[in-house]
Amino acid sequence: MELNNLYQSINLILPEIVLSASLVILVLADLIFHKDKRLIPYIAGIGIAITGAFVINQFGISGFGFQSTSQSIRNYGLIAVDSFGVFFKLIVIASSILIIFFSLSSSEIRKIKDRVGEYYALIFGMILGMFFMISATDLILIYLSLELLSLSSYVLAGFTKLQDRNSEAALKYLLYGAVSSGLMLFGISLVYGLTGSTNLYVINSLIQGPHVNLFTLSLAIILIFAGIGYKISSAPFHFWTPDVYEGAPITITAFLSVASKSAGFALLIRFIKTTFVSYINDNGEWTLINVFDWQSVLIAISILTMTLGNFSALWQNNLKRMLAYSSIAHAGYLLLGLVVLTNQGLLAILIYFIVYLLMNLGAFLVVMLIANKINSEDIDDYNGIGYTSPLLGVSLAIFLISLTGLPPTAGFIGKLYLFVALVDVKMITVAVIALLNSVVSLYYYVRVLKHMYLSKATDSTPSIIPTFGTGILVLVLVIPVLVFGIYFGPLVNLAKSCLVIIGF
Amino acid sequence: MAQVGLTHFLVVSSILFSLGIYGIITRKNAVMVLMGIELILNSANINFVAFSKYGNLGINGQIVALFVIVLAAAEAAIALAIVLNIYKTYANVNVDEIDHLKD
Repeated sequence: MELNNLYQSINLILPEIVLSASLVILVLADLIFHKDKRLIPYIAGIGIAITGAFVINQFGISGFGFQSTSQSIRNYGLIAVDSFGVFFKLIVIASSILIIFFSLSSSEIRKIKDRVGEYYALIFGMILGMFFMISATDLILIYLSLELLSLSSYVLAGFTKLQDRNSEAALKYLLYGAVSSGLMLFGISLVYGLTGSTNLYVINSLIQGPHVNLFTLSLAIILIFAGIGYKISSAPFHFWTPDVYEGAPITITAFLSVASKSAGFALLIRFIKTTFVSYINDNGEWTLINVFDWQSVLIAISILTMTLGNFSALWQNNLKRMLAYSSIAHAGYLLLGLVVLTNQGLLAILIYFIVYLLMNLGAFLVVMLIANKINSEDIDDYNGIGYTSPLLGVSLAIFLISLTGLPPTAGFIGKLYLFVALVDVKMITVAVIALLNSVVSLYYYVRVLKHMYLSKATDSTPSIIPTFGTGILVLVLVIPVLVFGIYFGPLVNLAKSCLVIIGF
Repeated sequence: MAQVGLTHFLVVSSILFSLGIYGIITRKNAVMVLMGIELILNSANINFVAFSKYGNLGINGQIVALFVIVLAAAEAAIALAIVLNIYKTYANVNVDEIDHLKD
């Protein structure tokens, strides 16, 4: 083993090392301060802040870590650090910080204050899994990181145990997750048998050769997609989403819907880009290796995902469940950016993720603050709430309009870039279907607004005045949604500088 | 007697995989579903070890199998804890009866 190589690799995974160290410190702090656990959220926050600093420090660096020492496959490592990865890591960091603030103001999490150390330790387990998922370029590391993320989130989904629905959510998440990761592992074993390697770059060069059994390879790819599709809750693997999102504590629901999904998308994009793309021309169009027709498969999955998500959301009365279906629909929109197989589409995905982070976390935050008071997410309990609690009402309205994709909010910019990418490659039909889907989504988002503003407030309608801290938190999310809707130049520039996926 | 080759191992692993899927689909008891998942993981393990032995691919595949064994143990621990919690809440572990999150 070359020590020099190892030393360089360790430099590349400094954020992950900080995360692991913070995880250990959190577990120890949980044991040391077992009388009074008020310090623990701050320790978690500091850990994430230091990790974030190290991630920002990686901006512009690109390189492989943990390279193989054998001569033939010399240059490819287990992990790749590039600005694409840094972008998604920053999305995860931003949502983690917000989730810690959410947890501080959530009544569900406050009720379990004696187990709060485990709660944050498990969240760090999730973040660590996501970090490795984002940068993994080896199928085994992909599988291991996916499991690390899954195992922590199974426990968190049923963590509070305050209601029966918590444990049911954990069981459903576990069963669907374990089955799809098992399928994924079987697919990985088939790819290993076909190519003799688990490294994505090596697989890429081997499947360009003539002697590939296409049937087995396609089967293996579909099995691997089962594992990734489950993480991003895309169509045939989305059944867990509504139940888990409704049953899990709302902070975890929000975290799953943003961070876990973004890590899954980073993995899917990197998997397709490094394994199946043979050539990228000057216009940024990707040429696929002629072994598996990703484009048709992704078109079908993306249309199915958004249609199922949007139409099922129409009948939901529980706001958490409705947001779950809406997040399925958004996975469908995001897949559109990958369907086009161009750098323009990738840019659209990155922009959409910044916007999605703000508006989706914001919607969950407002639902959580209202649920803290009335202990229900039922849409009928929201009657007239827009008049009795003006700040939360207006904010929720802005978040929902942004989720629909109407101007002047940031959601419009996200959708605009996706549609532009589609029209650029002349996929007009797909764009029209996506547009019609947005129209359908308008119905269920506006239905919430109708309950909040057009129904009369009764005596039982609570008036919720957020505390100073939560008020700031709502504003931190709502102001960017409005600002980026009009002044989106910096957003686009940031995304443009993060398009680099380390190649060959 | 015929030499045992790669094909034999692949047949065994495919049978295990199919049995695992069958178990997951037909069984109602959550513990039995988890056993089906274990079968799938082990069929993949057999694949890894067989491919690395007969494909002369070094010991990579066997090391992967070791990783998967450890992971399966961790997953079983978490899964059984969750099933135990379900049993405390609902007094049974049948997956088709635990279906209250619907409207």
